[in-house]
Amino acid sequence: MKKTLILSTALAGFAAAAQAEVTVMSWGGSYGAAQTEGHLKPFTAATGIPTRMVDSENPATPIKAMVEANNVTVDVASLEYADAIRLCDEGVLVPIDIAILPPGADGTPAVDDFLPGAITDCGVSTDIWSTVFAYDTTKFPDGGPTTAADFFDLEKFPGKRGLRRGAKAVLEFALMGDGVPASEVYDVLGTPEGIDRAFAKLDTIKSEVVWWEAGAQAPQILADGEVVMTTAYNGRIFSAQIAEGKPFQIVWDGQIYENEMYVIPKGAPNLEEAKQFIAYATSTEGLRQQAQWISYGPARKSALIEPLIFNDGKTEMAPHLPTYPDNMKNALESDWEFWVDRDAELNERFNAWLAAG
Amino acid sequence: MAQLLTTADGRPLAEALAQAQAKSRRRAFLLVVPLLLFVLVSFVLPIGQMLHRSVYHDGFSANAPALVAWFAANPAGTEPDEAAFAALTEDLRGMQANRTAGEAGTRVNYILSESRSMFTRAAREAGDLVPPYRDAFEALDPRWVQPAVWQAMRSSSSAYTTDFYVVSADFQRADDGSLVRVPENRQIYIYLFVKTFLLSGLITLICLLIGFPVAHLLATLPMAKANLLMILVLLPFWTSLLVRTTSWMALLQGEGVINDLLVWIGAVAEDGRLRMINNQTGTIIVMTHILLPFMILPLYSVMRVIPPSYARAARSLGATSWTTFRRIYLPQTLPGIGAGSLLVFILAVGYYITPALVGGADGQLFSNMIAFHMDNSNWSMAAALSAMLLVGVLILYWLYDRLVGIDRLKLG
Repeated sequence: MKKTLILSTALAGFAAAAQAEVTVMSWGGSYGAAQTEGHLKPFTAATGIPTRMVDSENPATPIKAMVEANNVTVDVASLEYADAIRLCDEGVLVPIDIAILPPGADGTPAVDDFLPGAITDCGVSTDIWSTVFAYDTTKFPDGGPTTAADFFDLEKFPGKRGLRRGAKAVLEFALMGDGVPASEVYDVLGTPEGIDRAFAKLDTIKSEVVWWEAGAQAPQILADGEVVMTTAYNGRIFSAQIAEGKPFQIVWDGQIYENEMYVIPKGAPNLEEAKQFIAYATSTEGLRQQAQWISYGPARKSALIEPLIFNDGKTEMAPHLPTYPDNMKNALESDWEFWVDRDAELNERFNAWLAAG
Repeated sequence: MAQLLTTADGRPLAEALAQAQAKSRRRAFLLVVPLLLFVLVSFVLPIGQMLHRSVYHDGFSANAPALVAWFAANPAGTEPDEAAFAALTEDLRGMQANRTAGEAGTRVNYILSESRSMFTRAAREAGDLVPPYRDAFEALDPRWVQPAVWQAMRSSSSAYTTDFYVVSADFQRADDGSLVRVPENRQIYIYLFVKTFLLSGLITLICLLIGFPVAHLLATLPMAKANLLMILVLLPFWTSLLVRTTSWMALLQGEGVINDLLVWIGAVAEDGRLRMINNQTGTIIVMTHILLPFMILPLYSVMRVIPPSYARAARSLGATSWTTFRRIYLPQTLPGIGAGSLLVFILAVGYYITPALVGGADGQLFSNMIAFHMDNSNWSMAAALSAMLLVGVLILYWLYDRLVGIDRLKLG
C-alpha cells in the first residue's frame, strides 16, 4: 500500500514536471474571454500544449514584480504599448525575433503584413484597441452626445460621467473636448499651459465624475445607472451592447487608440512554447479568431481581407473596429514616447488634483 | 561576623542561584528561538528590505561609472566641462551596448521629468558623436547644457539617496541642490498622510461609539441570546472582504437599495438621491462596517469578566446610572477600549482595498498612493511612502504606550 502510494505520487510528480504549459496573463473581463476563445483554446487544439489564462487589472505590474523577485510564473503577458516599450528598455522582457512570426494568409511576409509600429523589440501587437466614450441611449431619448465636447456639456446632457482613473487618455480627451484637433493634442499637452487647460476642462465636470480602474467597471457602472456616459475600452462596450443586448451607443469622436502587445517576461518557465503561442496568436488566423469575439482591430492587414463576423454569426465587426474609416475622423494615436517620459510627473499632478476634492 | 552562605557542595549560594537561573533562562530562550526566527524572516527581513529600497536605487549609478567618477571628483555647483561631456559620451555608449539607457533615464526622470527620452535618444546617437563633446550635446538637445539635468544626474549618481523621501515630503531639489517646496498643485503626500490619520481616527471613534453598546449587550445577556447575537457579529466577520465591500456598493449606489427605498417612501426626491458611494462618506461607512468586529470582540471579552457586583455596589451607595457608568464601569473596560481602538486604528491607517473600491476621488487614503506607485513600477517611491506610514504608526504607538501603557492592553 505504502509502496503504491509512493510510486503513484512520484509518477504524478514526473507527469506534472514534464507537462509544458503556456500561462497567459491578461486583463480579464470580456477581453480575457475573447483571448481565451480566440487564442488559447485553438492553440491547445492545434498543438496539444495546454494553456491557462490569468487575470490582472494591469499585467505590467505583476510582470515586473515577478521578474524582480526571480519567480516568473507567467509565459506570455498582454501589455499596453507604452508599458511594453518601457519594460523592454528596463530589461524585464525577452526580445522577440521577427523571424518566428509566420507570413500572412495571403503570403505577405510578417514584417510587411503588420501595421506600422505593430512589432517592437520585445512585443508583437495583437490588436488595436481604443478608449472611447459610450452613453446609455435610454437616458437620452431625444438624441445623445455626438462629439467629445458633448461629454463635458453638463447642461445639454446632465448626469454623471465615468472616466478612467489616471492621467493617460484622460488629459488628451479633455483637450479634444475643449476643441483641440487630434493632430495638435500632444503639442498642446507638451506645454504647461496645455496641461493647465486640460485640468481646467476636467474641473468643469469633476464633481460629476465616477472614476473607474478595471476595464469591466466601465460598462458595469453604465449598466447600473451610476453614470449616463463613460469612457471605456471600446471592446468592452461592444460586448455589453451586442453580446448582452444593453442599450449602449459608442461615440467615436475623440477616440484614443493604441496597440496591445503580447510580450514574454524574462525568465518565463516555458520560453519556446511561449514563442510558439505568440507566433500562433498573431498569425492571420489567430488575429481573426480573437476579432470574432471582441471588437478590437487586428494588427495585420491580411486579417481584414475577408469580412469579420462576430461569433453570433450575424454581426459584421468592421463598423465596430477602431480602425474603421468612419470611426477615424477625429481619432488620436496614443503617443507612447510622451507617456513613457511624462507618466510619473503627470500622474502625480493628476493624483494631487483628484485628492484635493 | 558575616558568613558567606554556601550550597551543600561548598559553592557560594548567590553564584549557584545565578547559574541555575541562567540555565532556565537559556532554556526559555531556546523555546522561543523558532518563533523569533520566524518573525525575523517573515517580518523584519522583508520590512528591512523595503526600507533599504526606499534609500537605494542604482539605476543610474550602476550604469554610468564615468559620470559617477566625474561627480565624485568635482564638487556640487561645478560647471560641466569637456571632461564631463566626454564621460557622458562614454557612459551613453556603454548604455547603448548594454541596453540600460532606459533604466538610467528612468532614475533621472524621477527627479527631472522628460529626461528619460533625452537619455534614450542620446544613447542612440552616442556612437556618432565627435569631440568637442559639449558642442555636440548642445546641438543634440539644448537641455544637455542646462544645470537642471546635471543636478538631477548628480543626485542620481549615488546609489544611496534621500530623493524619494524628499518627494514624499512634497519637496524637490532646486538647480543648486537646495530643497524647495513642490508647486501647490503637486502637493499631495503630506495632505493625504494627515487626512489618512484623521479619517482613521474618525472611523475608530465611530466604531467605538457603535461597538461599545453592542459589546455590553453581548456581555450581559443570558448565554443563549448572547450566542445568537454573537453569530450575527461573527458571520459578517468571516465573510470575504470583497463580498462585503461589493454588497455595500449595491446598497449605497445612486440606483441602489437604500436610495430606492428613500425615494419610495418619499424622503428624498428622485433627482436628489443621496451620494453615499464613490466619495469619503462611502469610505467611512464601509470601513466602519468592516472594522466593527475588531472593536466589538476585544470589548466583549473584557466586559465579560467585569463582575456585576461592582455596579450594584455603586448603585447601593447612591450613585446615579451615569456616575456608576462613568466612574465604575468605564474605567474597568479601558483595557478593552485600548485594545480595540489600537487594532481598529492601525488597520484603518493601512487600508487599501475599501478606499480603492468605494472611495472615489476624495475617499482615497495614503495606501492607495503606495499601491499607485507599485503599479507604476516605482518601488523606491512606494517603499519611501510605506516607511513614512510605518514611522507614523510607530510614533502613535509610542504615544499610546506613554499615555495609557501597553501593559494595560487586554484582548480577553
